[in-house]
Amino acid sequence: MTPTIFLQQLINGISLGSLYGLVAIGYTMVYGILRLINFAHGDLLMFAAYTAIYCVTLFALPWYVSFPAAILMTGLMGILLDRAAYKPLRDAPRISLLISAIGASFLLENVALVVLGGVPKAFPRPPLFDQVISLWGLRIQVLTIYTPVITLSLLMGLLFIIYRTKAGKAMRAASKDFETTRLMGINLDRIIAVTFLLGSSLAAAGGIMWAMKYPQVNPFMGVFPGLKAFIAAVLGGIGNIVGAVIGGFLLGLGEILIVALLPQLAQYRDAFAFVILILVLLFRPTGIMGEPLTDKA
Amino acid sequence: MVGGGRMDRVRRNSLLNLMALLLLAGILHLFGRYGTDYQIRILNNMAIFITLSVSYNLINGVCGILHLGPNAFIAIGAYTSAILTMSPMEKQMNYIIEPLMWPFSVLNAPFLIALLAGGVLATFFAFLVSFPVFRVRGDYLAIVTLGFGEVIRVLCNAFQGITNGPLGLKGLAPHTNLWWSWGVAAVTVVVISKLVNSSYGRAMKALREDETAARAMGIDPFKHLLTAFLISAFFSGIAGGLLAHLITTISPTLFTFFLTFNLLIMIVVGGLGSTTGAVIGAALFAWGGEALRIVEQPVQFAGLKIPGIPGMRMVVFSLILMIVIIFARHGIMGRHEFNWDWFFRGGNRAISSR
Amino acid sequence: MRFGGLAAVNDFSITLHPGELVGLIGPNGAGKTTVFNMITGAILATAGRIIWQGENITHLPLHAITARGIARTFQNIRLFSDLTALDNVMVSFHHKLRAHLWDAMLGLPAYRREEHRMREESLEILQEIGLAHLALEKAGALPYGRQRRLEIARALATRPKLLLLDEPAAGMNPQETMELVELLRDLRDKYSLTILLIEHDMKFVMRLCERIKVLDYGNSIAEGTPREIQSNPDVIKAYLGSQRHA
Repeated sequence: MTPTIFLQQLINGISLGSLYGLVAIGYTMVYGILRLINFAHGDLLMFAAYTAIYCVTLFALPWYVSFPAAILMTGLMGILLDRAAYKPLRDAPRISLLISAIGASFLLENVALVVLGGVPKAFPRPPLFDQVISLWGLRIQVLTIYTPVITLSLLMGLLFIIYRTKAGKAMRAASKDFETTRLMGINLDRIIAVTFLLGSSLAAAGGIMWAMKYPQVNPFMGVFPGLKAFIAAVLGGIGNIVGAVIGGFLLGLGEILIVALLPQLAQYRDAFAFVILILVLLFRPTGIMGEPLTDKA
Repeated sequence: MVGGGRMDRVRRNSLLNLMALLLLAGILHLFGRYGTDYQIRILNNMAIFITLSVSYNLINGVCGILHLGPNAFIAIGAYTSAILTMSPMEKQMNYIIEPLMWPFSVLNAPFLIALLAGGVLATFFAFLVSFPVFRVRGDYLAIVTLGFGEVIRVLCNAFQGITNGPLGLKGLAPHTNLWWSWGVAAVTVVVISKLVNSSYGRAMKALREDETAARAMGIDPFKHLLTAFLISAFFSGIAGGLLAHLITTISPTLFTFFLTFNLLIMIVVGGLGSTTGAVIGAALFAWGGEALRIVEQPVQFAGLKIPGIPGMRMVVFSLILMIVIIFARHGIMGRHEFNWDWFFRGGNRAISSR
Repeated sequence: MRFGGLAAVNDFSITLHPGELVGLIGPNGAGKTTVFNMITGAILATAGRIIWQGENITHLPLHAITARGIARTFQNIRLFSDLTALDNVMVSFHHKLRAHLWDAMLGLPAYRREEHRMREESLEILQEIGLAHLALEKAGALPYGRQRRLEIARALATRPKLLLLDEPAAGMNPQETMELVELLRDLRDKYSLTILLIEHDMKFVMRLCERIKVLDYGNSIAEGTPREIQSNPDVIKAYLGSQRHA
């Protein structure tokens, strides 16, 4: 492999990884507070992508209005998801909560299938992101460069909210000790709502960038990015936001590079993430940024 | 509390069980003779679903562990038995892109052996994955098992020399009939009920209720979870073989997470932890699933042609799952089991442990 | 049995003699439950050793330690709430089951005999502990005091030589507490048990235990007969100090 191709793949890997990271943040935040894998999180990518499409095509809104609108709608959708599927089960056994999450995921996908049809829709990529720059013999889509930049800026913004605002402080308290926080008179439902709003909005940003990268939008487009983002969150150490992004980068890079270096493994690409997951759980179950993974007793 | 009539009751119950089995055989015989193809297909589906849901419930309901990869065991059972029952000729016709690897190309076995081999291989695979799986619990275990399910699907697609890849296997002999499917279902229900009601089953339930306390009472969690996992895999593998020889065409798309989702609906609706519930859930699913096909088919109504809506069935299924889990978490049976004492006392509380 | 030098528990060593009834007391957070967790293997001790009948059991898993004859109850009751009281007790016999899995799955006589025996013995224990009439009730539906007793019955059914009781009298009224004193003495004599218990109810401890060990901030600060402990200045200081916190 020439250095140029290697560099090209490295950039692709970083770009893909930053998308995983962005989606992983939502998993890690919800897990941090509710100790729940929000199975339907990946489907929010799909929801965001469709919402963006309809804002652009149906309401003829420019992309710089449509995309934020779609992100906001997805954030609200996240809150709705919690209220409908998880909130009634706060005191139920964990297995019920998880089953509800799986049900919610299938429901979202199949409602989309019924309402919007199974034929993939083309995503209207704004020309701005279409440009290709040539650099040292590399041809790179600007989107590939924007993606990690946007991810890192959103991460900075999120960290600011979490460490500098009152809501953020309450969120951190809740993820450390749910019961005590409840006793201290903090409105946990609001904190959970904020968590879902933030996590889902980031997933929406990820979904829109995903749809620009692979401009085929269909009801099941969120399943694999969702699963892989979750694995990224475990890799980075679940509950840890920076860890989720680092895990995302590592997973994206790993996926791209392993296929680049060993093309005969290309057909196993989708299994790679699970192999990583199993290795992490076997050898370092706390992930890279290592907080303990055990259930709170 | 163990009254003098205990032996009489045991004898009466065995007699009743035997009669119930004979009645089932009679019904199967009548359907086999006079039933339509459609009815027979539903009955076959029902039996295979019962086998699958009862063995799935052993893990999820009895041990209380959310295992999301039974589709992997079903796939292994289906492929193994299919490869064993196909004649060398059929194999040549199926494997057009890449020939079937030796020694699979020459192996051939009767249906019963093929089914058992599928079960054994599924069990072996379960044994291999059990070490990473049971190092974790809760949501992590769910994701790891989901991962194994996906990995098997990817492997089915990739190992063309064994599975024929995405093309799948076509034209399998339709060995599965009512006797096979219901025979396996009956054996599964009897064996797993015996297990669940035994001291081993009690240990599994204790692990479900409180793993630390169970360990403190001397229960080895790995040993018991592994036992349940292997038994479940064995019967799932056999059911996979039955499924393959019922629909006669298999491909990797048949064994996705979607299949697991359907099993989850059956055991949740029936009541997580109840074998009786798993049987009821499976029967309802087999019947209701067919009935619901209407919503996906085009309908002629008063001169209007309403097109079928793909996905509608799944919307209904996921809604049912969520409504049951949120509003009626215990499903139809809760954790109760059917037994004759209960039947005769008209619903009075019966002694649940024998 | 003895061990020493532990993590949340710094410097602690105790030697139990067969048939003794020993109390472990100390202010909240002194590390008493940690001591139990380490003896039973629920927490692995980072340093120090636990010797049981001449064998080093420091790094054995929980269930293996139970199999060697050490059983415990839990401070925050941890019954199998969805199982009946009888089933709760029967679970404890499982680790001694000889019949194989297939004997059980096929309902063979070898298994059925054992199941019958386990059931009889469980009922006997329930009888002894005064819960026989509730054998078929779900454990989670029993009143609090009964649940505490059922915990003892369940631990007893593992056939231990050493019984660890974590606050067995918590939440009981004075009369129930006094009944418990009698019950524990009887059980000790009947099954020749060694009992080590944690309890905050001083009257209960002073009345029941023959020897008392006091733990504070992970260090043992005193040991002796109830009379000695009551007059020990270090113990009084530790308790007064902690009362100020509370």
